[in-house]
Amino acid sequence: MKTPQAYKALRWFASLSMMVLVLFATTGCTKNMIVLDPKGPIAEQQRDLMLISTILCAVVIVPVLILTAVIVWRYRDKKGRKAKYKPNWEHSTKLEIIWWGIPIIIIIALGVITVKGTYALEPSKPLKSDVKPITIQVTSLDWKWLFQYPEQGIASVNYVQFPENVPIRFEITADSPMNSFWIPQLGGQMYAMSGMAMTLHLQADEKGEYMGSGANFTGREFAKMYFTANATSQEAFDQWVSEVKTSSPALTLDGYKELAKPAASDVRMFSAFPKGLFEMTVTKYASSHNHGLSWKDINKIQLEE
Amino acid sequence: MWEKVKSFASEFFVTGDPMIYGADVSIVLVTLAIIVGLSYFKKWGWLWREWLTTVDHKKIGIMYIIASFIMLFRGGVDALLMRAQLAMPNMEFLAADHYNQVFTTHGVIMILFMAMPFMFGLFNVIVPLQIGARDVAYPFLNALSFWLFFSGAMLFNLSFVIGGSPDAGWLAYPPYSGLMHNPGVGQDFYIWGIQISGIGSLMTGINFIVTILKMRAPGMKLMKMPMFPWSVLSSCIAIIFSFPILTATLALLFLDRYAGAHFFTLDGGGNPMMYINLIWMWGHPEVYIIVLPAFGIFSEIVSTFAKKKLFGYKSMVFAMIIISVLSFLVWAHHFFTMGSGADVNAFFALTTMLIAIPTGVKVFNWLFTMFRGKITFETPMLWTIGFIPCFVTGGMTGVLLSVAPADFQFHNSYFLVAHFHHVIIGGVVFGYFAGLYYWWPKLFGFKLNERIGKWAFWLWNIGFYLCFMPQYVLGLMGMTRRVYTYGWDKGWWEMNLVSTIGAGFMGIAFLFQIWQIIYSVKHLKKDETGDPWNGRTLEWSIPSPAPLYNFATLPQVSDQDEWWEEKQRRANGQQVPAKPVLEPIHMPKNSGIPIVMSMCWFLAGFGFVFHWQWLTIPGLIGVVACMLVHSFNYNNDYYIPVDEITRTESELRKVTS
Repeated sequence: MKTPQAYKALRWFASLSMMVLVLFATTGCTKNMIVLDPKGPIAEQQRDLMLISTILCAVVIVPVLILTAVIVWRYRDKKGRKAKYKPNWEHSTKLEIIWWGIPIIIIIALGVITVKGTYALEPSKPLKSDVKPITIQVTSLDWKWLFQYPEQGIASVNYVQFPENVPIRFEITADSPMNSFWIPQLGGQMYAMSGMAMTLHLQADEKGEYMGSGANFTGREFAKMYFTANATSQEAFDQWVSEVKTSSPALTLDGYKELAKPAASDVRMFSAFPKGLFEMTVTKYASSHNHGLSWKDINKIQLEE
Repeated sequence: MWEKVKSFASEFFVTGDPMIYGADVSIVLVTLAIIVGLSYFKKWGWLWREWLTTVDHKKIGIMYIIASFIMLFRGGVDALLMRAQLAMPNMEFLAADHYNQVFTTHGVIMILFMAMPFMFGLFNVIVPLQIGARDVAYPFLNALSFWLFFSGAMLFNLSFVIGGSPDAGWLAYPPYSGLMHNPGVGQDFYIWGIQISGIGSLMTGINFIVTILKMRAPGMKLMKMPMFPWSVLSSCIAIIFSFPILTATLALLFLDRYAGAHFFTLDGGGNPMMYINLIWMWGHPEVYIIVLPAFGIFSEIVSTFAKKKLFGYKSMVFAMIIISVLSFLVWAHHFFTMGSGADVNAFFALTTMLIAIPTGVKVFNWLFTMFRGKITFETPMLWTIGFIPCFVTGGMTGVLLSVAPADFQFHNSYFLVAHFHHVIIGGVVFGYFAGLYYWWPKLFGFKLNERIGKWAFWLWNIGFYLCFMPQYVLGLMGMTRRVYTYGWDKGWWEMNLVSTIGAGFMGIAFLFQIWQIIYSVKHLKKDETGDPWNGRTLEWSIPSPAPLYNFATLPQVSDQDEWWEEKQRRANGQQVPAKPVLEPIHMPKNSGIPIVMSMCWFLAGFGFVFHWQWLTIPGLIGVVACMLVHSFNYNNDYYIPVDEITRTESELRKVTS
């Protein structure tokens, strides 16, 4: 096969575009890679795990890539080649032990790290801290996030604020299809599912506004389910709570029904919410194990109580 | 009356989108063109006799591959539409609903109606030839499998213009896919499209297990079998254990939607998490089902073009069987974030990592097959060499994802999207392309043009890396999958734009491949040898394209690379054993039942989708009637007489002997 000029040019273009890509990935955009820019203990440990596992994998991958290039180059067919040609060489116990062995060792190392990490970072495990944690109840609705503060008695939509350096206990449920609650800079996500309350412990070590999102597809306006997670000082948080209490309307049951209707929403604040709204959202699906009553009937009864 | 018709039509047909009207028009035009063309050239009889009723594995294989190329086109257009929508922030090219349908159909079509038939096509055309058989074990069943796949695929695609497409993602997680949140007919098209073709997949799995175990040429011990049939065997074992799970799961989902059952609903004690477990008990083996045969293809190609025996045959076999078994033990890694607890997550993280070991071993064995070989770079080998770095790095990101606590950050993000495209395109698609280029001369009797093929290869590769490497970065930037738009504030647009450009390159590369085929047909240079690559296995010992009965006399096998050894023996002047006397060959007769029965399934499925019992019931009766007719038909085989074999052989082997 001839190598026409155009083909060479194509190869040149290929290498160039790869270089541009690498440049892209390593320079301008790193500040945007929020997953690698953690602002809390959980996200930090997860980032470390990513880096450790990448390095462990690279220990095998990089030599393999180099080996591939060398072998393909050295054993290409051409006249006057010096490299050996052994068409029947097909087995070497020694070599095979090596390459069964190396991945096994790497995987054992990675396995140990992973198992330790899995237990250490189990999301329902409270964070070690001297500060009393704050509880925030999260409900995924079609297509917005409702946050309730049972201790403060306020609620908000598509905006969540909390003090820095205080562990947060998120209780997560859904009154919608399954979603996933994710604040990348604070830590990994947790599914939001109807009929159950999931727990996720996070903490922000720094003040700042962090992006939060719904990570699991829930339908038409799914792409509008972003929220801001605002970590502030304790004073600013207390001030925000009292501001919401004085200046925002209360969320009523009817208001909740209205809010739960499928639509995207702006940021909203509520000075109060119906007592037990979160628990009711969780249990209304579970209690519909009553046969003979449809989900709609249950919905009606419970919300009219 | 007129009002009634109008309101029915407005619900029945998908309306309101110019793209869909365009599709309507082109579907009608293409159908008309085919009908007129066939009538004008008086080809209806030919089509029916030679193709629609055939039970010949080679023709069925070709039909599978053609169908998969059409589906690759459709799925690729879907992909380009998505990439166009995401190229810049706040694009208004596709509306949210439309985008959701497009990503759903893209996923379903690419996995179930592109990769699967492409794979079955390669099984069909090559496995019997490689193991020295005259057909598969159950030729009638084989035809039925194809037509069931075809009906299912058509039913699924019909949702584009009739009723509306599904929009709940390729695995249709409830509760979103349940009636409560998704009342349209799209999900029912999804269920029945996959169910009908799924029956076909299961039967193909059974068919090839039996073919490989029972129909190998005399002397071909299992451990002397070429690597591709081994990969097919391990893939088919996974098929027969996993596809029943899919069928059962979708049947339960269907009962939820059709009969008001409560398996996966939120109310009435249903449990959506059960669906997610079940669907991945099929879904994860499924990705290994499609990638294992690609491993087999690479093994064949690497050894042919390095002109050297495959290194570590036993390790390779062992590795594939381990992968096939382990693939059933990893499903929960698709939802580490569902709150299963540390015990469960740790277990599934470990099993997932274990798969990296046999896979890594395979890579080393391919490399050391090339080591001390004599490598040439024809297109099949190019794809193989392109595959190695691609799959190695894609596999590495897979290992990263398997680190359960870190996966909480990767999950549902573009990092995940990049990973599975990386391994499925880099592994499966590259593998099937390599296989198609490699065996094309065997199928059609001529090689594809190498120059255009190399252009296509490089464009695919450039496009691939441009498209998916930025998506890893996007994942780390917090972009989640399945969002139809994003704002300027997110800082995602540069990477998205690069990714879209890459997708465009892949689209152009596909056009190059089509051009390559057209060009090669136009400038056809017939391959007279039957062995254009200096092959090693039995399929290269017979003329191309293979005669109806494949082997005039069944080969006697004594070595792993039988044809290569045979050529060595001949070169060394060893006596070619006298050809055994020809005997009449027992062959299966063509049958129209598979296509008719599949059409009945299609009608029944369509009836289920629209709750039209008047269509469902006759459809199902038709299915049963077809089974009965076939059961009592004893006139389904014949013998090819010796003089006809002699005539065919002397024509085919004019040059070779």
